[in-house]
Amino acid sequence: MNVPMSELYVLLPEIFVLVMACVILLVSVYIPEQLRELNYQLAQLTVIGAAVFTLGNSTGSTVVVMNSMFIHDPMSIVLKAFIYLITFTVFLYSRQYLQDRDLYKGEYFVLSLYAMLGMQIMVSACHFLTLYLGLELLSLSLYAMVAMQRDSQQATEAAMKYFILGALASGMLLYGISMLYGITGTLELQKLSAVIAEGNIDNKLLVFGLVFIIVGLAFKLGAVPFHMWLPDVYQGAPTAVTLFISAAPKLAAFSLLMRFLVDGLSGLHSDWQAILIILSILSMGLGNIVAIAQTNIKRMLAYSAISHAGYLMLGILTATKDGYTASMFYTIVYALMSMGSFGVILLLSRAGFEAERLDDFKGLNERNPWYAFIMMILMLSMAGLPPMLGFWAKWSVLNQIVLSGFVWLAVLAVIFSVIGAFYYLRVIKLMYFDKPESTEAIVANADMRIAISLNGLGILALGLFPQMLFQICSKVF
Amino acid sequence: MSAELPLLSLLIWLPIAGGVWVLTQSKDSEDALLVRPIALTIAVLTFLFSLPLFFSFDITTASMQFEEKLPWIQALNTYYHLGVDGISMPLILLTTFITPLVILSAWEVIKNRPAQYMAAFLIMEGLMNGVFAALDAMLFYVFWEAMLVPMFIIIGVWGGANRIYASLKFFLYTLLGSVLMLVALLYMYNQSGGQFSILSFHQLNLSSTAQTLIFLAFLAAFAVKVPMWPVHTWLPDAHVEAPTGGSVVLAAIMLKMGTYGFLRFSLPITPQASHELAWFIILLSLIAVVYIGFVALVQQDMKKLIAYSSISHMGFVTLGFFIMFAILQNTQSKDIAAMGIEGAMIQMISHGFISGALFLCVGVLYDRLHSREISTYGGVANTMPRFAMFVVLFAMANAGLPGTSGFVGEFMVILSSFQANFWIAFLASTTLILGAAYTLWMIKRVIYGSIADDKMETVGRLTDINARETFILAILALAVLFFGIWPAPLQEVMHVSVMNLIEHVTRSQ
Repeated sequence: MNVPMSELYVLLPEIFVLVMACVILLVSVYIPEQLRELNYQLAQLTVIGAAVFTLGNSTGSTVVVMNSMFIHDPMSIVLKAFIYLITFTVFLYSRQYLQDRDLYKGEYFVLSLYAMLGMQIMVSACHFLTLYLGLELLSLSLYAMVAMQRDSQQATEAAMKYFILGALASGMLLYGISMLYGITGTLELQKLSAVIAEGNIDNKLLVFGLVFIIVGLAFKLGAVPFHMWLPDVYQGAPTAVTLFISAAPKLAAFSLLMRFLVDGLSGLHSDWQAILIILSILSMGLGNIVAIAQTNIKRMLAYSAISHAGYLMLGILTATKDGYTASMFYTIVYALMSMGSFGVILLLSRAGFEAERLDDFKGLNERNPWYAFIMMILMLSMAGLPPMLGFWAKWSVLNQIVLSGFVWLAVLAVIFSVIGAFYYLRVIKLMYFDKPESTEAIVANADMRIAISLNGLGILALGLFPQMLFQICSKVF
Repeated sequence: MSAELPLLSLLIWLPIAGGVWVLTQSKDSEDALLVRPIALTIAVLTFLFSLPLFFSFDITTASMQFEEKLPWIQALNTYYHLGVDGISMPLILLTTFITPLVILSAWEVIKNRPAQYMAAFLIMEGLMNGVFAALDAMLFYVFWEAMLVPMFIIIGVWGGANRIYASLKFFLYTLLGSVLMLVALLYMYNQSGGQFSILSFHQLNLSSTAQTLIFLAFLAAFAVKVPMWPVHTWLPDAHVEAPTGGSVVLAAIMLKMGTYGFLRFSLPITPQASHELAWFIILLSLIAVVYIGFVALVQQDMKKLIAYSSISHMGFVTLGFFIMFAILQNTQSKDIAAMGIEGAMIQMISHGFISGALFLCVGVLYDRLHSREISTYGGVANTMPRFAMFVVLFAMANAGLPGTSGFVGEFMVILSSFQANFWIAFLASTTLILGAAYTLWMIKRVIYGSIADDKMETVGRLTDINARETFILAILALAVLFFGIWPAPLQEVMHVSVMNLIEHVTRSQ
């Protein structure tokens, strides 16, 4: 196979991450115990390097390379940039937690980097094969990460559940892909789109394939009724891993939806629109209502993730460019908020103590008013209250569905968001109105303290001035 | 016009910045007294800065004054657009007037985290000024919602025994109303070709179904805030559980936001739907006036009684707004219609003073005996004569005694209602009896009489109000009397804007 150098140059970030992940794998085997810091530093370096390569090659034009398997377009650049940012922050947040639990090993970083590589490939795929490969690379790394705490029964159970259901979903997806391949004779998204546009193919057959694909996508996104794995995995996995799963892969899942439904199957948009409306209503409803009943904050945030998946789909289902922009904005904002919330949970955890009950947040305002304030910003933002960033995320998807004529859906969405506001407010209630159960001081490294403060204040500041983020997202489509 | 200084921005951001600064002081000076003077200085400064709004206000024009317009989010075409007219200016003054008093009233009373308490009130003041000054619908919405957070915290942290239930109920109730308004705003944003200017919404040509739906969405938001029967149930809970300052701000200012919303959004944007559904609002208003008046009569808790009395009085305000259509139909006289609306607006301001003062009075008693039950007291006048004088004055004002500000607004509304329909006016007038009944009966049971033997240990040992409390109540008493005797300046300020509103509503029907 002859690949010109110019094409390889487009792939540079992916190649770099792959090489560095292998290097860290090797290094971590040979370095002595006291030099473990090196893994962390190398991993961070990899993320920074990948960011430099990706952003250094952002011309704004679309390039398709590797026999039209790999696409380098504005959407992939923006999503990758945020994936890097989130992975970098996740490493930073997790460090103390991993050290306290003897998980601060090469494996965590290697697996995370492989997962990141999988996301990079998914984001840049324009061929069913690359999409699937990226997805599997991400999923397999995540299964292993969930199970990393070997002697934790809960984590092992979560990993098994995740693995089996994940494999099932991948199977569904593959089945759908194979059907589309059988009908249209192509695996390339652009060609597929062109073939469907010609209109010579029986719609029924295509929709049959589409349904399987949507089932697979809905599973990966955690949309109801394919959400069963999500609460267990969020709760069972070590919090540092939950943090990782809850943030960056959402961006990848968004791109998965975009690549499949918009790039490949835009000809069937009236079919998938109807399916997405149902999925979205169910997700918003079930996610927000069941979250109320939770006592474990990780599990509560898992249901919150399900409901957010519902809101995220609202923009896509309008099948307009502005709608995609709105959904992308939503996804990015959600990933940033989720990262911050799990960051605060990590902050409250200590060696031998997992801050995962809601009650662990009791009286946080008395123990540390600053972190309580940060958590309040994050929770209000998740609830979609102005002037936080989360408000503008909800705003933009709602605006798009109102524009497309689904006013009733917008009304439904806001009513569910009021229901959802209850459990976010409950966290604020616990922090501000209740007496603390423990008075232990909260200790954290300086870098963690700064990062979490920036994360929280960023949500507030970007909420006051969301212009920049809107602009980034609107340039993509 | 003194357009040199961005006055409105100052009124919004000075208290907010001040509040944030006070918040940062809380760390090592939890019990330091310094935060109180700082907070008070900021609040007083804000009040002083708001005075030019009144004194250099041009009463001959209905257009927006003290305007500021800066691009905010270009991607959405929203602006940081502020401005006041005769409708919003008095409400801003009310806000800046009440806040220093609230802060002063908490001086020695709030011992638990005073810095956060003061900061919450300052930040809330800025946000409330923002609601009244915003001319961009998105900016309005952001202030409108953001304001819930400090109030939620105030009720939840410094409130009474059942504070958590009350604070959540308050928050979710109001949120549900406002999100429906958000959908309506988005709809209009798309209808108006992508802009959020409230003034351009006024010019929209909406179909009658769209108008009705938008009107109902606004109604959901504003009716909860006012609050109108039957969505008023959060108010007694919130009032009873909130600390004194919270109740004062809630009653004096926050309720006015709902009625302000009717004037700024519902009436001018959906005139046709307002006309068609006016009977419905009038019906709800009369139920509030009469039925809630009876409910107030049977309350055992002083704060609850005043809360119900607030709902009843706010019924007058919505009645005054929506009676306009019937008046115009019967008499064609815009002056009489204007009298109804102006009366309602004077009632808004006056109710701000009176209900605020009454809650402060209950607060004075609560600070001493930690009970709000009417039955705990009796014969307070014997031990607190100075206090009794003030309470009786405010009670009289609440009952609508001529010479107090409570009389002016009610009288104007009733007078104009007679031009619309005798029975509406008749039912509205029952408030003069009911209001007198529940207020004076409470006064009789709490203030007058001799101290019962079993209360010698409690009521018998009450100390009269100190200089600080006297000062607060005296200022409010002055305001009540001033506007009762000479309401002209208030009416002058409103008149042109109200006439303009009526012109607009009749023209676009």
